[in-house]
Amino acid sequence: MLKTFSIGGIHPQENKLSANSAIQELPIPQIATIPIAQHIGAPAKVIVKKGDEVKVGQVIAQASGFVSANIHSSVSGTVLKVDDVMDATGFRRTSVVIKVEGDEWLEHIDRSEELVTEITLTKEEIIKRVGDAGIVGLGGATFPAHVKLSVPPGKTAEVLIINAVECEPYLTSDHRVMLEKADEIMVGVEILMKALDVKRAIIGIENNKPDAIAHMTQIATKYSGIEVCPLKTQYPQGGEKQLISATINREVPSGALPIEVGAVVQNVGTAFAVYEAVQKNKPLFERVATVTGKSLKNPSNWKFRVGTPVSDIIEAAGGLPEDTAKIVGGGPMMGKALVSVDVPLTKGSSGLLLLAQEETARKATKACIRCGKCVSVCPMGLEPYLLMVLADKKEYERLEKDAVMDCIECGSCSFTCPATRPLLDYIRLGKGKVGQIMRSRK
Amino acid sequence: MNIIVITIIALCAIGIAAAIILYFVAQKFKVYEDPRIDEVEEALPAANCGGCGYPGCRGFAEALVKADDISNFYCPVGGAPVMSHVGALLGHEVKAADPTVAVVRCNGTCDNRPKTNVYDGATSCTIAASLYSGDTGCQYGCLGLGECVDACNFDAMYMDEKTGLPVIIEDKCVSCGACVKACPNSIIELRKKGPKSRRVFVSCVNKDKGGIAKKACAVACIGCGKCVKECPFDAITLENNLAYIDYNKCKLCRKCVVVCPTQAIHELNFPPRKEKPADKPTAETVKPMAKPTAEKAEKSEETKNETSDNK
Repeated sequence: MLKTFSIGGIHPQENKLSANSAIQELPIPQIATIPIAQHIGAPAKVIVKKGDEVKVGQVIAQASGFVSANIHSSVSGTVLKVDDVMDATGFRRTSVVIKVEGDEWLEHIDRSEELVTEITLTKEEIIKRVGDAGIVGLGGATFPAHVKLSVPPGKTAEVLIINAVECEPYLTSDHRVMLEKADEIMVGVEILMKALDVKRAIIGIENNKPDAIAHMTQIATKYSGIEVCPLKTQYPQGGEKQLISATINREVPSGALPIEVGAVVQNVGTAFAVYEAVQKNKPLFERVATVTGKSLKNPSNWKFRVGTPVSDIIEAAGGLPEDTAKIVGGGPMMGKALVSVDVPLTKGSSGLLLLAQEETARKATKACIRCGKCVSVCPMGLEPYLLMVLADKKEYERLEKDAVMDCIECGSCSFTCPATRPLLDYIRLGKGKVGQIMRSRK
Repeated sequence: MNIIVITIIALCAIGIAAAIILYFVAQKFKVYEDPRIDEVEEALPAANCGGCGYPGCRGFAEALVKADDISNFYCPVGGAPVMSHVGALLGHEVKAADPTVAVVRCNGTCDNRPKTNVYDGATSCTIAASLYSGDTGCQYGCLGLGECVDACNFDAMYMDEKTGLPVIIEDKCVSCGACVKACPNSIIELRKKGPKSRRVFVSCVNKDKGGIAKKACAVACIGCGKCVKECPFDAITLENNLAYIDYNKCKLCRKCVVVCPTQAIHELNFPPRKEKPADKPTAETVKPMAKPTAEKAEKSEETKNETSDNK
């Protein structure tokens, strides 16, 4: 019996169409549009202006505050403008638009493929380097990585959990990175362990990726303290709290952070980015994303430069299929539909999903039949049907009492509802309002 | 027999004792309530809409009775007649306040403001607004999902299917402000009704720079400031690329309506102009403007438009 998290969860069709497609490098775009808010927290502050020459890896926007991240140029060329541009969030936000000229990297970045295993930096230096490199959680939530590595005083980390679950259907980018960059990931994990001062790391992988489990287990034997933990395929196992429950069987209390139970969770892609930042001096300006869809000619995985327009990656994968009705940035469960193919890919872009009308059409909302399915699948033990009504009726006090803030927005409730009610849409709305109220109280 | 008599006597005794106790308790804990509250409540329209800012008509009546000066209180449903009646009941003199009416400040019809994508989420303006900047190039305008209409308790609003915008039925609008609160983009405003319901207002809330606003919507306020210069009464202010007419200063001269290059300033319920009919230029100039914008938007968005037209 394989391990998984203790309550709720669903198992949607996996559709991992691109699992066997090796990572390819996407051509550099002609114009890169780099938003300055690619992470959770305060947007970075732009430090370049129109007409400036920039090189690959150069800081173009500086973190403004502790929970924030540096933004680096992913290309070399001239800054065309700093202006509000529509991005993948669906809002116009400040972005740096760069006209690409050649591909000139900053000199201190080591571009060789050679594996560097020896970790020379100290704990503090690692955290600083990770912060300087603008590394954010690459699982999709884009929380600045250095914040998680800075354990608050009074708390101790006991175990580092690496999220290699990739529980979202369709997406395969983490899967491919594990198969192709296992050694680098292991060194990245060792670096993270050193930064956190922990002796044990667990890599959680779902059993729908048996090749990745076998490969990672074999490579992990070369490194001490790192173990691979195969998990039963269950959505949303990639949620931080679900993964902690699955791997070490501890429950993070409501409203608390994982460090409360001695755990720190980082994504496997983040571990690779940390390796590159610490051992190769390379900041985070490129990552791997899956582009997939049932009618797409060539579902595949691509390493792209941040700021590349979405249209480029679709073109590379065989062009936009005729029947596309919706393009989702991210996976089908938590991803967000894009308003245009001109929006840029960012640090948080883990995938692009092209859906046809019949796959995506929203069905009519019917009355709740009190079946309780949403309650049984909720991985946080909430009552989605009730939270939806409370959010609609603007009962914010009651919402707060019923732990709406614990919702991880995984969408299992909306997925399972036989009356096709937009549960998560309303819950998210209520969560936003309650969050505002809670912040104003402070 | 004996038992029945004893039972009756005992019950009566308990009844009398309880009555005496209740009498003294009632005396002791008596709460004085101003009888005028009931009278005032009777005079109010009993719509319980909350438009006055108090929880229902009873709450408003309590506040009115308590207040020393009721000139700042106003029942939007009953209007001036109800307020003067209340004033008479409470012995205050009430000056007739100017009646107001809800005004939709967006003219982004399907022709004026072409769609750039199709919204497929929950039918709620608030949710749509929290998700993204809307299904047109304008991130400030009407989202067209009718949350204001749902909020209206007086059947004074409906969604015009042709334009996709809400319409306010002036005669029914009591100016309670429910729609104003419901709209996440703050498009609806309560404005002075004006003599013979004549009003002049900027029918746009777009704060983008002129170029972007114009590209998104043919009748957007582009913040050119012509109306500000033209206005002889300093009633128009320009802030964040958006003109706003102060209805207390506006004398309804309509000079701004003529100079506005995008027809963003609307006049309502005026008799037709002598030299140029008021309606004609609007209709004529809007159409040719809408076309090129539509094409442009389609080009950049062709992928999305093609496939999603069937909604």
